[in-house]
Amino acid sequence: MVSLVLIILTSLFFTGIVVRTKSIASGRKGPGIFQPMKDIIRLWKKGSVYSTTTSFIFQIAPSIYIASVLMAILMIPHGNHPGIISFEGDFVMFAYVLALGKFLMIISALDTGSSFEGMGASREALYSMLVEPAFFILIGSFALFTGQTSFHGIFSSLHYGSHISYMLGGLATFVFIFIAMIENSRMPVDDPKTHLELTMVHEVMILDNSGFDLGLIMYTTHLKFAMYGAIISNFFIGVLPLEISIPLFFAVQICFAVVVGIIESFIARFRLGHNPQFIFILTSVSLLIFFGVLLVLGKFI
Amino acid sequence: MNYISIHNNQSIALKDIPEHAYTMFMETNIALMKGNPARHCVNYFGYSAADKIKLICCIADDDLHEIFVSSTVVDKGYQLPSFTAKNHNFEKFEREIHENFGVKYSDHPWLKPMRYAHNRADKNEKIENYPFYQVESEELHEVGVGPIHAGVIEPGHFRFICNGEQIMHLEIQLGYQHRGIEQLFIQKKKLLERTTLAENIAGDTTVGHTTAFVNLWESLCGYTPDRSLQFSRTLALELERMAIHTGDLAAICADIAYQLGNSVYGRLRTPIVNYFQEWGGNRLAKGLIRAGKINYPFSEELATRLNTVLNTYEPDFEEITKKFFKLPSALSRMEKTGVVSYEQIYEIGTVGMAARMNGLCRDIRFSHPHDMYGSSIVHTPIIKHHGDVYSRAQIRREEIRQSMTYARKLITEVPEFKKPENFTLNPGKGMFAISLVEGWRGEICHCAITDQEGDLMVYKVKDPSHHNWMALAQAVRSNEISDFPICNKSFNLSYCGHDL
Repeated sequence: MVSLVLIILTSLFFTGIVVRTKSIASGRKGPGIFQPMKDIIRLWKKGSVYSTTTSFIFQIAPSIYIASVLMAILMIPHGNHPGIISFEGDFVMFAYVLALGKFLMIISALDTGSSFEGMGASREALYSMLVEPAFFILIGSFALFTGQTSFHGIFSSLHYGSHISYMLGGLATFVFIFIAMIENSRMPVDDPKTHLELTMVHEVMILDNSGFDLGLIMYTTHLKFAMYGAIISNFFIGVLPLEISIPLFFAVQICFAVVVGIIESFIARFRLGHNPQFIFILTSVSLLIFFGVLLVLGKFI
Repeated sequence: MNYISIHNNQSIALKDIPEHAYTMFMETNIALMKGNPARHCVNYFGYSAADKIKLICCIADDDLHEIFVSSTVVDKGYQLPSFTAKNHNFEKFEREIHENFGVKYSDHPWLKPMRYAHNRADKNEKIENYPFYQVESEELHEVGVGPIHAGVIEPGHFRFICNGEQIMHLEIQLGYQHRGIEQLFIQKKKLLERTTLAENIAGDTTVGHTTAFVNLWESLCGYTPDRSLQFSRTLALELERMAIHTGDLAAICADIAYQLGNSVYGRLRTPIVNYFQEWGGNRLAKGLIRAGKINYPFSEELATRLNTVLNTYEPDFEEITKKFFKLPSALSRMEKTGVVSYEQIYEIGTVGMAARMNGLCRDIRFSHPHDMYGSSIVHTPIIKHHGDVYSRAQIRREEIRQSMTYARKLITEVPEFKKPENFTLNPGKGMFAISLVEGWRGEICHCAITDQEGDLMVYKVKDPSHHNWMALAQAVRSNEISDFPICNKSFNLSYCGHDL
């Protein structure tokens, strides 16, 4: 329950901080941190327009997409406090509930029959597929490390005993930052600001969505960022009491948002063909974590 | 002689242009062009003369600094062998002649409508029915972009044939911006109207096109411009080059999502265009260039002001340039992207940056100097040798530096402006004149013919984009479709300059 409230609160300002960081980095003042949320509320007040070539898939997809992310958020613990849904092996369900939402978005993009959206859908499917091993190797390593198989179990019994395990936490943060960037189609894999249909990944899939549906999709992105931020914060919170862990949680989220903003400001986006190579880096870092865990546990022969 | 050889901005009597039978005309021009990269076709156009069509071909020789002009008369509806079958430089020109006059070519490989001109021969040809190249395949897919684009750019349709993410073929269909500029030049009788038209041929090359027009007009009228007029035209051309190149670098940064470069270059463009505002009351330099006069003479105060503008521009430009051209992620996007080989650009006959990006030296400032080029400014063209996006970005970087040097050199010696005595600009009778100007995009060519009363009879405009669109279509082949925007931006061709 704690984490749900915290994540929803974070989702209100997360993207605002990213946008603000980018503005300041490019020498502009930038909009207030609640501006992205205000834009979404404006969209929520509107109706949606549906193309006559689309079927019901296109209409239900945004709702299922946000539902899938909300459901995934229910599984995220806050340090010692389990998520609303918590069971052995819940991280597998977490990954595939998210995948369900993404699947619906992909088929809804194909549903429009637009050649752009088909391209975007194929790119999105490819990247999500490539991210999956990184996620599972990472969480699997921590499961091995702690001997627990639920998010709550892993995070509540995660205590850093040696230098190596601190390093593992750092590496895991790195991997999760980039998983979040890829899953949310941010730089350097995708450029959310671009107006060029041919280079977009996520943006091009939602070209036909409008009004309320578009608002849902955009808010889902905010939720996803906050959700990954919450996972990252869990690597640091451990079993700390709430009065320390809640400020720490927000501190981690804000740092995460600023890091995202800085990454987006100072590098150019990758060439599309280089993205798979980049995503494989995450898998190899996860493997590093896996070997680190084996080392700590003394199972490395 | 099969042709008459003239200089840039020279006008001659129309009857002095040698006229031959079509076969002879064709052989002469093909032979002139054969195997000589220093020669290319600057203009090849037709006009109705009595019941027939008169074709005039102008070939520029960059080594001799001359233009070879020859002509022929053909009957309407006759089928002719095409130049294009022997030399692809003529491809667009012949398509234009075919579209406007219904001249049939027996062996033109790509005889498609060019811009759907208002005065086209076959009004049944509609822009909706453009005959796209198609491939029947289960594996390949087509992606159509435009004519309405997501960004604030002009309309044009791009049809890609892709294998997954890889572009196999791109066909560019233009014509949405057609305004009938060339006919308007004839219809509008006042010089001011015509100058305004020239200013609006392509909004981003106001100075370039207007300079071409006024040089041409003064040549037709036998008027020798004052040094101060030449000075302001040269300076305005260089400033326009700086401003647009800086804006282009910003746009390239935007396309690769390099935010810092985008915002810094974008900001740097502003003081330059604002300087035009200070000088002539318009940021795009409209109203600045006029035939025989200037309404906003350049002064010492303006020179001091320009010096300040350039001195504040330069350190910031150098700082961001140092960052941008060393940034690994930016280099990885630009290098080896959108490569056009020397053979391809030579075959297409590209001009300006699209030629200089891969070792083909085409620069009017050097080869057919006008105004103060060749005298006060001795220009050395900047040549790159890779033909990729990076080469095109590098040319921009170096031309900005070069323009800055030229502007600084020019303002050390501001010529005294003498308000001209009463003068009249009346074009000669039965004249032909040609004017070449190196705009920021490349070679601009204007041609005019006057009738026996000294009225304008034919006006022909050729923007550098006329040649260069084909280079873009070749550049994107085998590239990823997501790299198309950056290739497009690195060429930054004009839609309305092509459509006229």
